[in-house]
Amino acid sequence: MSSVQESGCKSIRSDSGLVEEHPCYSEGASHRYARMHLAVAPACNMQCRYCNRKFDCANESRPGVVSGVLAPAQALERAGEAMGRLPNLRVIGFAGPGDPLANRERVFATCKPVRKRFPDVHLCLSTNGLHLPEAVDGIVGHGIRHVTITLNALDPEVGAEIYSWIFWRKKRRRGVEAARILLEQQLAGMSALLARGVLVKVNTVLIPGINAGQVSEINRLVSDAGVFSHNVMPLISAPEHGTYYGVMGIPGPSEAELQQVRGLCQGSARLMTHCRQCRADAAGLLGMDRHNELLPASPGGSRVIPIHRPRREPVANPVLLAVASLTGETVDTHFGHAGFFRIYRVSGDRIEALGERVVPQYCQGDDRCVEENHVLNNALNALHDCQGVICSRIGYTPWQALLARGIAPVNRHAEQSVREALRQTALMLQAREGAAIPMAAAVGMQ
Amino acid sequence: MLALIITVECIACWACEPICPNGAIRVKNEIFRIDKNSCTRCEGHADLPQCVEICPVEGAITDAEGSAMNPPGTLTGIPREKIPA
Repeated sequence: MSSVQESGCKSIRSDSGLVEEHPCYSEGASHRYARMHLAVAPACNMQCRYCNRKFDCANESRPGVVSGVLAPAQALERAGEAMGRLPNLRVIGFAGPGDPLANRERVFATCKPVRKRFPDVHLCLSTNGLHLPEAVDGIVGHGIRHVTITLNALDPEVGAEIYSWIFWRKKRRRGVEAARILLEQQLAGMSALLARGVLVKVNTVLIPGINAGQVSEINRLVSDAGVFSHNVMPLISAPEHGTYYGVMGIPGPSEAELQQVRGLCQGSARLMTHCRQCRADAAGLLGMDRHNELLPASPGGSRVIPIHRPRREPVANPVLLAVASLTGETVDTHFGHAGFFRIYRVSGDRIEALGERVVPQYCQGDDRCVEENHVLNNALNALHDCQGVICSRIGYTPWQALLARGIAPVNRHAEQSVREALRQTALMLQAREGAAIPMAAAVGMQ
Repeated sequence: MLALIITVECIACWACEPICPNGAIRVKNEIFRIDKNSCTRCEGHADLPQCVEICPVEGAITDAEGSAMNPPGTLTGIPREKIPA
Protein backbone atom coordinates (compact mmCIF):
# COMPACT_ATOMS: atom_id res chain seq x y z
CA MET A 1 0.00 0.00 0.00
CA SER A 2 1.38 3.36 -0.94
CA SER A 3 1.94 6.16 1.54
CA VAL A 4 -0.80 8.17 -0.12
CA GLN A 5 -3.29 5.41 0.49
CA GLU A 6 -2.10 4.88 4.03
CA SER A 7 -2.59 8.50 4.86
CA GLY A 8 -5.93 8.30 3.07
CA CYS A 9 -6.99 5.45 5.35
CA LYS A 10 -5.86 7.28 8.46
CA SER A 11 -7.84 10.33 7.53
CA ILE A 12 -10.88 8.16 6.91
CA ARG A 13 -10.65 6.64 10.37
CA SER A 14 -10.02 9.90 12.12
CA ASP A 15 -12.62 11.80 10.14
CA SER A 16 -15.48 10.70 12.29
CA GLY A 17 -18.67 9.94 10.51
CA LEU A 18 -17.33 9.44 7.01
CA VAL A 19 -17.86 5.72 7.32
CA GLU A 20 -19.89 5.48 10.51
CA GLU A 21 -22.67 7.76 9.27
CA HIS A 22 -23.01 6.50 5.72
CA PRO A 23 -25.56 3.68 5.49
CA CYS A 24 -23.96 2.29 2.33
CA TYR A 25 -20.48 2.15 3.81
CA SER A 26 -21.39 0.72 7.18
CA GLU A 27 -24.08 -1.80 7.91
CA GLY A 28 -24.32 -0.44 11.42
CA ALA A 29 -25.02 3.00 10.01
CA SER A 30 -27.69 1.56 7.73
CA HIS A 31 -29.91 0.87 10.73
CA ARG A 32 -29.40 4.31 12.24
CA TYR A 33 -28.87 6.86 9.52
CA ALA A 34 -30.96 7.81 6.55
CA ARG A 35 -29.83 8.90 3.14
CA MET A 36 -31.57 10.47 0.21
CA HIS A 37 -30.89 10.56 -3.48
CA LEU A 38 -31.53 13.77 -5.35
CA ALA A 39 -32.59 12.84 -8.86
CA VAL A 40 -31.07 15.77 -10.71
CA ALA A 41 -29.22 13.77 -13.36
CA PRO A 42 -31.47 12.60 -16.21
CA ALA A 43 -28.88 12.16 -18.96
CA CYS A 44 -26.64 9.17 -19.48
CA ASN A 45 -23.62 8.62 -21.68
CA MET A 46 -23.92 4.89 -22.19
CA GLN A 47 -26.34 1.98 -22.24
CA CYS A 48 -25.98 -0.87 -19.77
CA ARG A 49 -27.92 -3.97 -20.63
CA TYR A 50 -29.54 -4.12 -17.20
CA CYS A 51 -31.03 -0.66 -17.64
CA ASN A 52 -33.97 0.61 -19.66
CA ARG A 53 -34.10 4.37 -20.01
CA LYS A 54 -37.73 4.28 -21.10
CA PHE A 55 -39.09 3.00 -17.82
CA ASP A 56 -40.18 4.79 -14.74
CA CYS A 57 -41.83 3.12 -11.84
CA ALA A 58 -43.54 4.90 -9.07
CA ASN A 59 -43.26 2.09 -6.63
CA GLU A 60 -40.43 -0.05 -7.75
CA SER A 61 -37.08 -0.12 -6.07
CA ARG A 62 -34.13 -0.53 -8.32
CA PRO A 63 -31.34 1.71 -9.53
CA GLY A 64 -32.07 4.10 -12.35
CA VAL A 65 -35.73 4.37 -11.48
CA VAL A 66 -37.30 7.67 -10.44
CA SER A 67 -40.68 9.33 -10.47
CA GLY A 68 -39.46 12.70 -11.58
CA VAL A 69 -36.29 14.62 -12.25
CA LEU A 70 -35.52 17.67 -10.17
CA ALA A 71 -33.96 20.97 -11.17
CA PRO A 72 -31.19 22.02 -8.74
CA ALA A 73 -33.50 24.51 -6.99
CA GLN A 74 -36.18 21.86 -6.53
CA ALA A 75 -33.53 19.48 -5.26
CA LEU A 76 -32.56 21.92 -2.53
CA GLU A 77 -36.20 22.24 -1.58
CA ARG A 78 -36.60 18.48 -1.44
CA ALA A 79 -33.46 18.15 0.64
CA GLY A 80 -34.82 20.72 3.06
CA GLU A 81 -38.10 18.88 3.30
CA ALA A 82 -36.30 15.59 3.89
CA MET A 83 -34.11 17.10 6.59
CA GLY A 84 -37.25 18.13 8.39
CA ARG A 85 -38.88 14.73 8.16
CA LEU A 86 -35.86 12.49 8.55
CA PRO A 87 -33.90 13.74 11.52
CA ASN A 88 -31.31 10.99 11.09
CA LEU A 89 -30.55 12.02 7.51
CA ARG A 90 -26.77 12.10 7.11
CA VAL A 91 -26.13 11.49 3.43
CA ILE A 92 -27.30 13.21 0.29
CA GLY A 93 -26.37 11.33 -2.85
CA PHE A 94 -26.54 11.67 -6.60
CA ALA A 95 -27.37 8.47 -8.40
CA GLY A 96 -29.27 9.30 -11.55
CA PRO A 97 -31.58 8.36 -13.08
CA GLY A 98 -28.85 8.81 -15.70
CA ASP A 99 -25.21 9.16 -14.75
CA PRO A 100 -24.39 12.05 -12.42
CA LEU A 101 -21.20 12.82 -14.32
CA ALA A 102 -23.08 13.07 -17.59
CA ASN A 103 -24.94 15.89 -15.81
CA ARG A 104 -22.01 17.37 -13.96
CA GLU A 105 -23.21 20.96 -14.04
CA ARG A 106 -26.59 20.06 -12.59
CA VAL A 107 -25.03 17.92 -9.89
CA PHE A 108 -22.41 20.46 -8.88
CA ALA A 109 -24.96 23.27 -9.05
CA THR A 110 -26.98 21.27 -6.53
CA CYS A 111 -24.01 20.51 -4.28
CA LYS A 112 -23.23 24.16 -3.67
CA PRO A 113 -26.45 25.28 -1.98
CA VAL A 114 -27.02 21.91 -0.29
CA ARG A 115 -23.60 22.04 1.29
CA LYS A 116 -24.07 25.63 2.35
CA ARG A 117 -27.42 24.95 3.98
CA PHE A 118 -26.57 21.53 5.44
CA PRO A 119 -22.81 21.61 6.13
CA ASP A 120 -22.90 18.45 8.25
CA VAL A 121 -24.42 16.23 5.61
CA HIS A 122 -22.14 13.93 3.62
CA LEU A 123 -22.39 14.25 -0.15
CA CYS A 124 -21.94 11.18 -2.28
CA LEU A 125 -22.13 10.27 -5.91
CA SER A 126 -22.45 7.12 -7.93
CA THR A 127 -21.12 6.81 -11.48
CA ASN A 128 -20.37 4.48 -14.34
CA GLY A 129 -16.94 6.13 -14.42
CA LEU A 130 -16.88 7.07 -18.10
CA HIS A 131 -16.23 10.74 -17.34
CA LEU A 132 -14.67 10.25 -13.95
CA PRO A 133 -11.05 11.34 -14.52
CA GLU A 134 -11.95 14.84 -15.69
CA ALA A 135 -14.56 15.20 -12.94
CA VAL A 136 -12.28 14.42 -10.00
CA ASP A 137 -11.36 18.07 -9.34
CA GLY A 138 -15.01 19.05 -9.36
CA ILE A 139 -15.98 16.16 -7.10
CA VAL A 140 -13.35 17.01 -4.52
CA GLY A 141 -13.94 20.75 -4.93
CA HIS A 142 -17.64 20.36 -4.19
CA GLY A 143 -17.01 18.42 -1.03
CA ILE A 144 -18.09 15.02 -2.28
CA ARG A 145 -16.16 12.55 -0.13
CA HIS A 146 -17.87 9.30 -1.15
CA VAL A 147 -17.88 8.00 -4.71
CA THR A 148 -19.22 4.70 -5.98
CA ILE A 149 -18.00 3.37 -9.31
CA THR A 150 -19.84 0.55 -11.03
CA LEU A 151 -17.22 -1.81 -12.40
CA ASN A 152 -18.59 -4.97 -13.96
CA ALA A 153 -15.73 -6.31 -16.04
CA LEU A 154 -11.97 -6.15 -16.38
CA ASP A 155 -11.97 -8.07 -19.64
CA PRO A 156 -13.25 -5.85 -22.49
CA GLU A 157 -14.67 -8.93 -24.19
CA VAL A 158 -16.88 -9.40 -21.15
CA GLY A 159 -17.61 -5.68 -20.97
CA ALA A 160 -18.80 -5.84 -24.56
CA GLU A 161 -21.49 -8.28 -23.37
CA ILE A 162 -22.67 -5.87 -20.68
CA TYR A 163 -22.64 -2.49 -22.41
CA SER A 164 -24.51 -1.85 -25.63
CA TRP A 165 -22.72 1.42 -26.32
CA ILE A 166 -20.96 4.44 -24.90
CA PHE A 167 -20.95 7.99 -26.21
CA TRP A 168 -17.32 9.01 -26.41
CA ARG A 169 -15.65 11.83 -28.28
CA LYS A 170 -18.55 12.70 -30.55
CA LYS A 171 -19.35 9.08 -31.43
CA ARG A 172 -21.45 6.21 -30.23
CA ARG A 173 -19.01 3.36 -29.76
CA ARG A 174 -19.81 -0.26 -29.25
CA GLY A 175 -18.38 -3.65 -28.41
CA VAL A 176 -14.85 -4.21 -27.22
CA GLU A 177 -13.77 -0.70 -28.19
CA ALA A 178 -16.43 0.80 -25.94
CA ALA A 179 -15.66 -1.57 -23.07
CA ARG A 180 -11.95 -0.83 -23.28
CA ILE A 181 -12.43 2.94 -23.17
CA LEU A 182 -14.84 2.61 -20.26
CA LEU A 183 -12.44 0.41 -18.27
CA GLU A 184 -9.52 2.78 -18.81
CA GLN A 185 -11.62 5.69 -17.61
CA GLN A 186 -12.94 3.78 -14.61
CA LEU A 187 -9.51 2.71 -13.42
CA ALA A 188 -7.91 6.09 -14.04
CA GLY A 189 -10.76 7.80 -12.22
CA MET A 190 -10.59 5.36 -9.32
CA SER A 191 -6.86 5.96 -8.82
CA ALA A 192 -7.27 9.72 -9.02
CA LEU A 193 -10.05 9.68 -6.41
CA LEU A 194 -8.06 7.49 -4.05
CA ALA A 195 -5.04 9.75 -4.40
CA ARG A 196 -7.24 12.65 -3.34
CA GLY A 197 -8.45 10.85 -0.23
CA VAL A 198 -11.98 10.19 -1.47
CA LEU A 199 -13.68 7.14 0.02
CA VAL A 200 -14.35 4.85 -2.94
CA LYS A 201 -16.84 2.03 -3.15
CA VAL A 202 -17.02 -0.25 -6.17
CA ASN A 203 -20.29 -1.82 -7.26
CA THR A 204 -20.31 -4.94 -9.39
CA VAL A 205 -23.54 -6.27 -10.82
CA LEU A 206 -23.34 -10.05 -10.83
CA ILE A 207 -24.71 -11.23 -14.16
CA PRO A 208 -24.82 -15.02 -14.26
CA GLY A 209 -23.08 -16.50 -17.25
CA ILE A 210 -21.59 -13.13 -18.20
CA ASN A 211 -19.27 -11.74 -15.55
CA ALA A 212 -19.37 -14.23 -12.67
CA GLY A 213 -15.80 -15.24 -13.48
CA GLN A 214 -14.60 -11.62 -13.28
CA VAL A 215 -15.84 -10.73 -9.84
CA SER A 216 -13.06 -12.11 -7.64
CA GLU A 217 -10.49 -10.54 -9.93
CA ILE A 218 -12.28 -7.20 -9.68
CA ASN A 219 -12.32 -7.62 -5.91
CA ARG A 220 -8.57 -8.23 -5.81
CA LEU A 221 -7.78 -5.30 -8.08
CA VAL A 222 -9.92 -2.75 -6.28
CA SER A 223 -8.80 -3.98 -2.87
CA ASP A 224 -5.15 -3.59 -3.85
CA ALA A 225 -5.88 -0.12 -5.17
CA GLY A 226 -7.25 0.96 -1.79
CA VAL A 227 -10.97 0.90 -2.42
CA PHE A 228 -12.87 0.95 0.86
CA SER A 229 -15.80 -1.26 0.02
CA HIS A 230 -16.89 -3.67 -2.71
CA ASN A 231 -20.55 -4.29 -3.29
CA VAL A 232 -21.36 -7.38 -5.34
CA MET A 233 -25.02 -7.00 -6.15
CA PRO A 234 -27.39 -9.30 -8.01
CA LEU A 235 -28.63 -8.46 -11.49
CA ILE A 236 -32.26 -7.33 -11.36
CA SER A 237 -33.92 -8.71 -14.44
CA ALA A 238 -37.54 -9.23 -15.39
CA PRO A 239 -39.14 -9.22 -18.84
CA GLU A 240 -41.48 -6.35 -17.93
CA HIS A 241 -38.52 -4.10 -17.15
CA GLY A 242 -37.78 -4.05 -20.87
CA THR A 243 -34.04 -4.27 -20.32
CA TYR A 244 -31.89 -6.32 -22.67
CA TYR A 245 -31.31 -8.97 -20.02
CA GLY A 246 -34.95 -8.96 -19.01
CA VAL A 247 -36.27 -9.35 -22.54
CA MET A 248 -33.63 -11.91 -23.48
CA GLY A 249 -34.51 -14.02 -20.48
CA ILE A 250 -31.21 -13.73 -18.66
CA PRO A 251 -32.20 -13.98 -15.00
CA GLY A 252 -30.48 -12.60 -11.94
CA PRO A 253 -28.40 -14.93 -9.78
CA SER A 254 -29.86 -17.17 -7.12
CA GLU A 255 -28.98 -16.40 -3.53
CA ALA A 256 -26.61 -19.39 -3.60
CA GLU A 257 -24.82 -18.12 -6.70
CA LEU A 258 -24.49 -14.68 -5.17
CA GLN A 259 -23.09 -16.11 -1.94
CA GLN A 260 -20.70 -18.34 -3.83
CA VAL A 261 -19.29 -15.44 -5.85
CA ARG A 262 -19.11 -13.18 -2.81
CA GLY A 263 -17.25 -15.97 -1.04
CA LEU A 264 -14.52 -15.78 -3.66
CA CYS A 265 -13.93 -12.13 -2.83
CA GLN A 266 -11.06 -12.25 -0.37
CA GLY A 267 -9.53 -8.80 -0.87
CA SER A 268 -9.18 -6.19 1.83
CA ALA A 269 -12.09 -4.09 0.59
CA ARG A 270 -15.02 -4.40 2.96
CA LEU A 271 -17.62 -6.60 1.26
CA MET A 272 -20.96 -4.85 1.31
CA THR A 273 -23.81 -7.30 1.67
CA HIS A 274 -26.56 -5.03 2.96
CA CYS A 275 -27.17 -3.13 -0.29
CA ARG A 276 -30.84 -2.63 -1.10
CA GLN A 277 -30.29 -1.45 -4.69
CA CYS A 278 -32.02 1.85 -4.20
CA ARG A 279 -33.97 3.97 -6.56
CA ALA A 280 -32.31 7.10 -7.89
CA ASP A 281 -34.76 9.13 -5.80
CA ALA A 282 -34.76 7.02 -2.66
CA ALA A 283 -35.02 8.61 0.76
CA GLY A 284 -34.91 7.22 4.27
CA LEU A 285 -33.25 4.22 5.85
CA LEU A 286 -32.00 1.57 3.43
CA GLY A 287 -34.87 -0.70 2.54
CA MET A 288 -37.45 1.58 4.13
CA ASP A 289 -37.90 4.00 1.31
CA ARG A 290 -39.96 7.10 1.94
CA HIS A 291 -39.50 8.94 -1.33
CA ASN A 292 -43.25 8.72 -1.85
CA GLU A 293 -43.83 10.89 1.16
CA LEU A 294 -41.57 13.56 -0.20
CA LEU A 295 -42.79 13.71 -3.74
CA PRO A 296 -45.63 11.26 -3.86
CA ALA A 297 -46.04 9.01 -6.84
CA SER A 298 -48.34 6.15 -7.61
CA PRO A 299 -48.21 2.97 -5.54
CA GLY A 300 -49.60 -0.34 -6.65
CA GLY A 301 -47.29 -3.29 -6.40
CA SER A 302 -43.84 -3.80 -7.75
CA ARG A 303 -44.67 -3.23 -11.36
CA VAL A 304 -43.20 -0.86 -13.83
CA ILE A 305 -44.82 2.04 -15.57
CA PRO A 306 -43.42 3.03 -18.93
CA ILE A 307 -42.57 6.69 -18.98
CA HIS A 308 -43.33 7.14 -22.61
CA ARG A 309 -46.71 6.69 -24.14
CA PRO A 310 -48.18 6.43 -27.60
CA ARG A 311 -48.88 9.67 -29.38
CA ARG A 312 -52.05 11.39 -28.34
CA GLU A 313 -53.97 13.84 -30.39
CA PRO A 314 -53.44 17.39 -29.21
CA VAL A 315 -56.05 18.28 -26.62
CA ALA A 316 -58.40 21.06 -27.53
CA ASN A 317 -58.68 24.15 -25.40
CA PRO A 318 -60.45 24.18 -22.90
CA VAL A 319 -59.53 21.01 -21.06
CA LEU A 320 -61.82 18.95 -18.84
CA LEU A 321 -60.01 17.61 -15.80
CA ALA A 322 -60.96 15.48 -12.81
CA VAL A 323 -59.27 15.95 -9.46
CA ALA A 324 -59.16 13.53 -6.55
CA SER A 325 -59.33 15.92 -3.63
CA LEU A 326 -61.27 15.64 -0.43
CA THR A 327 -60.74 19.23 0.61
CA GLY A 328 -60.77 20.88 -2.79
CA GLU A 329 -57.71 22.82 -1.69
CA THR A 330 -54.90 20.38 -2.37
CA VAL A 331 -54.43 17.21 -4.42
CA ASP A 332 -54.78 14.97 -1.40
CA THR A 333 -56.48 11.77 -2.53
CA HIS A 334 -55.39 8.45 -4.01
CA PHE A 335 -57.24 7.59 -7.22
CA GLY A 336 -58.46 4.35 -5.72
CA HIS A 337 -59.61 6.00 -2.50
CA ALA A 338 -61.59 8.77 -4.13
CA GLY A 339 -65.32 8.56 -3.45
CA PHE A 340 -65.85 11.44 -5.85
CA PHE A 341 -63.91 13.53 -8.31
CA ARG A 342 -64.10 17.28 -8.68
CA ILE A 343 -64.55 18.23 -12.31
CA TYR A 344 -63.07 21.41 -13.75
CA ARG A 345 -62.96 23.08 -17.11
CA VAL A 346 -59.62 24.83 -17.57
CA SER A 347 -58.88 27.37 -20.22
CA GLY A 348 -55.61 29.21 -19.80
CA ASP A 349 -55.77 30.76 -16.33
CA ARG A 350 -59.53 30.43 -16.19
CA ILE A 351 -60.70 27.57 -13.99
CA GLU A 352 -64.36 26.69 -13.83
CA ALA A 353 -65.67 24.21 -11.26
CA LEU A 354 -68.34 22.01 -12.81
CA GLY A 355 -69.22 20.04 -9.71
CA GLU A 356 -68.52 16.60 -8.38
CA ARG A 357 -68.98 13.12 -9.74
CA VAL A 358 -69.47 10.33 -7.26
CA VAL A 359 -67.79 7.06 -8.12
CA PRO A 360 -67.73 3.67 -6.42
CA GLN A 361 -64.48 3.40 -4.54
CA TYR A 362 -62.12 1.36 -6.58
CA CYS A 363 -59.50 0.33 -4.06
CA GLN A 364 -60.53 -1.48 -0.88
CA GLY A 365 -56.97 -1.42 0.35
CA ASP A 366 -56.33 -5.09 -0.11
CA ASP A 367 -55.54 -7.65 -2.75
CA ARG A 368 -59.02 -7.53 -4.21
CA CYS A 369 -58.10 -4.28 -5.97
CA VAL A 370 -56.69 -5.79 -9.08
CA GLU A 371 -59.52 -8.26 -9.43
CA GLU A 372 -62.34 -5.81 -9.19
CA ASN A 373 -62.24 -4.56 -12.70
CA HIS A 374 -65.95 -3.84 -12.83
CA VAL A 375 -65.57 -1.34 -10.03
CA LEU A 376 -62.68 0.27 -11.83
CA ASN A 377 -64.73 0.42 -15.00
CA ASN A 378 -67.50 2.28 -13.19
CA ALA A 379 -64.99 4.87 -12.12
CA LEU A 380 -63.59 5.14 -15.60
CA ASN A 381 -67.04 5.55 -17.11
CA ALA A 382 -67.74 8.42 -14.77
CA LEU A 383 -64.63 10.16 -16.06
CA HIS A 384 -65.00 9.21 -19.72
CA ASP A 385 -65.08 12.77 -21.03
CA CYS A 386 -62.09 14.04 -19.03
CA GLN A 387 -58.71 14.51 -20.64
CA GLY A 388 -56.82 14.01 -17.42
CA VAL A 389 -57.22 12.84 -13.85
CA ILE A 390 -55.15 14.51 -11.16
CA CYS A 391 -54.64 12.50 -8.00
CA SER A 392 -52.03 12.13 -5.27
CA ARG A 393 -51.32 8.53 -6.12
CA ILE A 394 -52.60 5.86 -8.44
CA GLY A 395 -52.05 2.13 -8.88
CA TYR A 396 -50.67 0.45 -11.93
CA THR A 397 -53.93 -1.13 -13.12
CA PRO A 398 -56.03 2.05 -13.13
CA TRP A 399 -53.06 3.95 -14.56
CA GLN A 400 -52.97 1.65 -17.55
CA ALA A 401 -56.75 1.62 -17.82
CA LEU A 402 -56.90 5.42 -17.93
CA LEU A 403 -54.26 5.57 -20.61
CA ALA A 404 -56.11 2.98 -22.65
CA ARG A 405 -59.10 5.32 -22.64
CA GLY A 406 -57.03 8.31 -23.64
CA ILE A 407 -57.22 9.89 -20.18
CA ALA A 408 -53.91 11.08 -18.79
CA PRO A 409 -53.24 10.02 -15.19
CA VAL A 410 -51.36 12.83 -13.45
CA ASN A 411 -49.78 12.22 -10.06
CA ARG A 412 -46.97 14.76 -10.11
CA HIS A 413 -48.92 17.42 -8.22
CA ALA A 414 -49.59 15.49 -5.04
CA GLU A 415 -50.16 17.78 -2.06
CA GLN A 416 -49.95 20.84 -4.27
CA SER A 417 -52.80 23.28 -4.66
CA VAL A 418 -55.64 22.09 -6.86
CA ARG A 419 -55.61 25.35 -8.84
CA GLU A 420 -51.92 25.11 -9.64
CA ALA A 421 -52.21 21.44 -10.50
CA LEU A 422 -55.09 22.21 -12.86
CA ARG A 423 -53.24 25.05 -14.51
CA GLN A 424 -50.06 23.06 -15.05
CA THR A 425 -51.84 19.94 -16.22
CA ALA A 426 -53.87 21.91 -18.75
CA LEU A 427 -50.64 23.45 -20.05
CA MET A 428 -49.10 20.03 -20.38
CA LEU A 429 -52.03 18.62 -22.26
CA GLN A 430 -52.46 21.50 -24.64
CA ALA A 431 -49.92 20.62 -27.23
CA ARG A 432 -48.41 23.24 -29.37
CA GLU A 433 -49.53 23.03 -32.94
CA GLY A 434 -48.31 19.83 -34.51
CA ALA A 435 -45.79 19.13 -31.77
CA ALA A 436 -45.43 15.58 -30.63
CA ILE A 437 -46.17 15.33 -26.92
CA PRO A 438 -44.01 12.96 -24.98
CA MET A 439 -46.53 11.48 -22.59
CA ALA A 440 -43.65 11.21 -20.18
CA ALA A 441 -44.01 14.93 -19.76
CA ALA A 442 -47.74 14.76 -19.43
CA VAL A 443 -47.93 12.01 -16.89
CA GLY A 444 -45.24 12.62 -14.40
CA MET A 445 -41.69 12.01 -15.55
CA GLN A 446 -39.64 15.19 -15.63
CA MET B 1 -29.85 19.17 -45.65
CA LEU B 2 -33.15 19.00 -43.87
CA ALA B 3 -33.24 19.22 -40.10
CA LEU B 4 -33.82 16.28 -37.80
CA ILE B 5 -37.03 15.82 -35.82
CA ILE B 6 -37.64 14.71 -32.23
CA THR B 7 -40.64 12.42 -31.89
CA VAL B 8 -43.10 11.36 -29.24
CA GLU B 9 -40.67 8.63 -28.20
CA CYS B 10 -38.48 11.26 -26.51
CA ILE B 11 -38.16 10.63 -22.77
CA ALA B 12 -36.91 14.12 -21.97
CA CYS B 13 -33.55 12.92 -20.63
CA TRP B 14 -31.69 16.06 -21.70
CA ALA B 15 -28.67 14.17 -23.03
CA CYS B 16 -28.81 15.84 -26.46
CA GLU B 17 -29.41 19.39 -25.36
CA PRO B 18 -25.95 20.35 -24.07
CA ILE B 19 -24.00 18.63 -26.83
CA CYS B 20 -25.76 20.16 -29.82
CA PRO B 21 -23.09 22.38 -31.40
CA ASN B 22 -25.75 24.68 -32.82
CA GLY B 23 -27.94 25.09 -29.76
CA ALA B 24 -30.76 23.75 -31.93
CA ILE B 25 -32.45 21.65 -29.23
CA ARG B 26 -35.28 23.70 -27.81
CA VAL B 27 -37.13 22.72 -24.65
CA LYS B 28 -40.48 24.03 -23.52
CA ASN B 29 -42.58 22.37 -20.83
CA GLU B 30 -40.25 19.39 -21.06
CA ILE B 31 -41.12 18.92 -24.70
CA PHE B 32 -38.01 18.73 -26.82
CA ARG B 33 -37.79 19.81 -30.43
CA ILE B 34 -35.12 20.67 -32.94
CA ASP B 35 -35.13 24.14 -34.41
CA LYS B 36 -35.09 23.46 -38.11
CA ASN B 37 -33.34 26.68 -38.93
CA SER B 38 -30.45 25.97 -36.56
CA CYS B 39 -29.93 22.25 -37.19
CA THR B 40 -27.07 21.47 -39.56
CA ARG B 41 -27.00 17.75 -38.75
CA CYS B 42 -23.60 18.63 -37.29
CA GLU B 43 -21.98 19.00 -40.68
CA GLY B 44 -18.46 20.26 -40.20
CA HIS B 45 -18.61 19.44 -36.49
CA ALA B 46 -18.86 15.67 -36.33
CA ASP B 47 -19.31 12.68 -38.60
CA LEU B 48 -22.83 12.08 -37.39
CA PRO B 49 -25.45 14.28 -35.71
CA GLN B 50 -24.58 14.46 -32.03
CA CYS B 51 -28.16 14.19 -30.79
CA VAL B 52 -28.54 10.98 -32.78
CA GLU B 53 -25.29 9.63 -31.40
CA ILE B 54 -26.16 10.14 -27.73
CA CYS B 55 -29.96 9.59 -27.82
CA PRO B 56 -30.81 6.47 -25.75
CA VAL B 57 -34.20 5.82 -27.32
CA GLU B 58 -34.76 4.15 -30.64
CA GLY B 59 -37.07 6.12 -32.91
CA ALA B 60 -36.87 9.30 -30.84
CA ILE B 61 -35.12 11.18 -33.63
CA THR B 62 -36.06 10.91 -37.29
CA ASP B 63 -34.98 12.57 -40.48
CA ALA B 64 -37.34 14.91 -42.28
CA GLU B 65 -39.01 11.95 -43.98
CA GLY B 66 -39.77 10.28 -40.67
CA SER B 67 -37.18 7.50 -40.86
CA ALA B 68 -35.74 6.66 -37.46
CA MET B 69 -32.10 7.66 -37.15
CA ASN B 70 -31.71 4.90 -34.55
CA PRO B 71 -34.06 2.15 -35.73
CA PRO B 72 -35.57 -0.47 -33.38
CA GLY B 73 -32.99 -2.80 -31.88
CA THR B 74 -29.97 -0.72 -32.79
CA LEU B 75 -29.44 0.77 -29.34
CA THR B 76 -30.61 -1.94 -26.98
CA GLY B 77 -29.34 -4.85 -29.06
CA ILE B 78 -32.70 -6.55 -28.53
CA PRO B 79 -33.69 -8.45 -31.71
CA ARG B 80 -36.67 -6.88 -33.46
CA GLU B 81 -38.95 -9.84 -32.93
CA LYS B 82 -38.38 -9.64 -29.18
CA ILE B 83 -38.93 -5.91 -28.78
CA PRO B 84 -41.91 -5.42 -26.44
CA ALA B 85 -44.86 -3.75 -28.12
